[in-house]
Amino acid sequence: MSKADLAAAILWIGATMYAIFAGADFGGGLWDLIAGDAERGKKPRARIQRSIAPVWEANHVWLIFILVVLWTAFPEAFGAIMSTLYVPLALAALGIVLRGAGFAFRKSVDSLSQQRALGATFAISSVLTPFFMGTVVGAVASGNVPAEGNGAAFSSWLEPLPLLTGALFVASGAYLAAIFLVADSHRVDDKEMEGYFSARALAAGLVAGGLAVAGLIALHGEARYVYDRLIVEGLPFVIISILCGFGVLGLLLGRGRRGLRPLAAGAVVAVIWGWGVAQFPYLLPTSLTISDAAAPGPTLTAILVVFCVAAVTILPALGLLYTLAQRDVVGESGE
Amino acid sequence: MPGLDALPLAASESNLLAARELMAFTLAFHIVLACLGVALPAMILTANWLGLRRGDADAMRLARRWSKAMGVTFAVGAVTGTVLSFEFGLLWPQFMARFGDAFGIAFAIEGIFFFTEAIFLAIYIYGWKRLSGWAHWWSGVPMVITGIGGAFSVVTANSWMNAPQGFTLDAAGRVVETEPLKVLFNPAWHYEVPHMILAAYMVVGFLVASIYAVGMLRGRRDRLHRLGLLIPLTVACIVTPIQLFVGDTAAREVADHQPAKFAGFECIQETGTHQTEYIGGICTSDGVKAAIPIPDLDSFLVGFSADTKVIGLEDIPADERPPANTLLHLAFDAMVGIGTALLGLAAWLAFVWWRRRDIPRTAWFLRAVAVSGVGAIVALWAGWIVTEVGRQPWIVQGYMRTSEAVTEAEGIWFAFAGVLVLYAGLGAGAILVLRAMSRRWREGDEGGEAETPYGPAATPEAKTG
Repeated sequence: MSKADLAAAILWIGATMYAIFAGADFGGGLWDLIAGDAERGKKPRARIQRSIAPVWEANHVWLIFILVVLWTAFPEAFGAIMSTLYVPLALAALGIVLRGAGFAFRKSVDSLSQQRALGATFAISSVLTPFFMGTVVGAVASGNVPAEGNGAAFSSWLEPLPLLTGALFVASGAYLAAIFLVADSHRVDDKEMEGYFSARALAAGLVAGGLAVAGLIALHGEARYVYDRLIVEGLPFVIISILCGFGVLGLLLGRGRRGLRPLAAGAVVAVIWGWGVAQFPYLLPTSLTISDAAAPGPTLTAILVVFCVAAVTILPALGLLYTLAQRDVVGESGE
Repeated sequence: MPGLDALPLAASESNLLAARELMAFTLAFHIVLACLGVALPAMILTANWLGLRRGDADAMRLARRWSKAMGVTFAVGAVTGTVLSFEFGLLWPQFMARFGDAFGIAFAIEGIFFFTEAIFLAIYIYGWKRLSGWAHWWSGVPMVITGIGGAFSVVTANSWMNAPQGFTLDAAGRVVETEPLKVLFNPAWHYEVPHMILAAYMVVGFLVASIYAVGMLRGRRDRLHRLGLLIPLTVACIVTPIQLFVGDTAAREVADHQPAKFAGFECIQETGTHQTEYIGGICTSDGVKAAIPIPDLDSFLVGFSADTKVIGLEDIPADERPPANTLLHLAFDAMVGIGTALLGLAAWLAFVWWRRRDIPRTAWFLRAVAVSGVGAIVALWAGWIVTEVGRQPWIVQGYMRTSEAVTEAEGIWFAFAGVLVLYAGLGAGAILVLRAMSRRWREGDEGGEAETPYGPAATPEAKTG
């Protein structure tokens, strides 16, 4: 593996972490959005709030990580993506601002009407942000981002594949969130919420699976290079994803809780890495390869060193945060 | 830049102006929150330490309240910082495509610091009561270190734009080789980085103190307010004299490395010795109007001798001179003037404290502290205007013009208008939320947060879906 390939792998690791953890935070927003009126939605919203509050900012940083690695290790690709897909990217940035502000503010305002307005802001933007990010990924996979940048501002992402990818991002976030909330509810022995989110996990899983199939069909039509590699080189990942998906389905129906989270995450992770393998060796199929886009060697070395430092500092710290959050040492009630 | 020639010149200039205004506005908004992220943890841990070490309940209460407030400002800072990351690419794609491999290195390091800060901030904020006292205090220490480390990384990226090095270009102007350490430790980092870190401590120190000064002026003269004033004000007052020294060094370095910027903010037209220092006024090509002139002082400040030669704008090619000289000049004067006034405030406090171990009794002292927070923020903004507008027309000094870097996307003015509205809401929201927390604290609710539940709407029809 060349240094450029390793840098691309780091990029994919960042994308994986972001998809799993921030994806679940976005998904929590979707469940918040459709939890019904203030009375009916009180319990699930409180559960969602408790799960997201201590961790969402740390999870959000993976996005910064992705952006930084992309612009430092693959500056040309970054410029090309940004100068082409500026519409969905700007909308995603808008969503990030509204989501973060809505979430941070709503627990600190007095009146129910203000809480509703901010809660709705948080929840709606939690759906729109991953959707627009998904359209960006779909547009890249479709080969609609030319290496020299300044591609079509609208038709690059207003196509079936990017739109389906956007929907898939929303659905898989909702799926992960529901699974994580089932586990969280199980941990505190909240049977009602466990059942509530279990039903939703099932529904989201079926929707995500359906969207993945539709995406595969769109991939066949719009991104032939990626499709062809996905069904050959990427096949193991597709199979892993399907197996994990059915595993989760079985656990949910059989009320099993052990292994639920790893399997659900595995289904999503396999799709991300399958996509990476299917795109290889292109960063922007089929106009810019990883090696052509890569920064000079010393910069790549710097990225690799930074990543190693991050692995020994951030990952243990993140582990500590998640452990403390899971044991309720840090949390909303731990003021 | 392919395609630019096809655009009418006026349109691309308008785009450039819109992109610069948008960047400047979002940066000005974010930098205040960034200061809080850099310097507030130290104030919180100081109060927390007093609370633990001396069993001081008031100090403990302050630490808890400040950490709650920081929870809000950090969240807003995280999203406005993300917006800036997007803007690098959305507004300046050519810059990032060409120089991302050099400029980006510092940001990769910043990522680690920001990540660590976000993690320990969460542990600290959400760990009150459940973690043991000292374990909780130590969980906050990484925030102080990562705040400084993060500031180093971001500011050294900016100082690289002012003094770029550590890369090799090929004939087409593409970066073909990089030297990361030279990028990080460029010639401008050693004065820009400390200048900004000290500025963060000044801004936060004076800002937090000013809030308690207002409370005291309104008659809330309890021990909590006194402590809330003294802890941050002491930090700010220690930092201020160091800052004036660092700033003075920085100006001399700029005179050496970026003579166009220096001539721009000092309004020096002709190269020569015995340059006059102008305070205030309007810069014109015939010299400075309506200013207070101090003969020889400018040369003296640059080289400690009136015989020091200082380069004037006449020796800078016309298309490499910074724009808006009067703005630059007044921004520089505002920064130095406010800094000097804050030094006076620090000296006042230090003198009275030395004589009678107390803050000055006059309400004028509290009034001065009450405006010091806003003053420090204005000085911070003025400083960034000096360094950023002063570098124009370059985005990478001597290598890439800002006009070459800007996006070809249309509608930047609309985006700017939208961002103005969005950020007005964000700023107003943050202030309202902080005031609501403060009100609840005064009413005796130490949680300071409203109870859940909340809901999008009472009726399903009203929902957006």
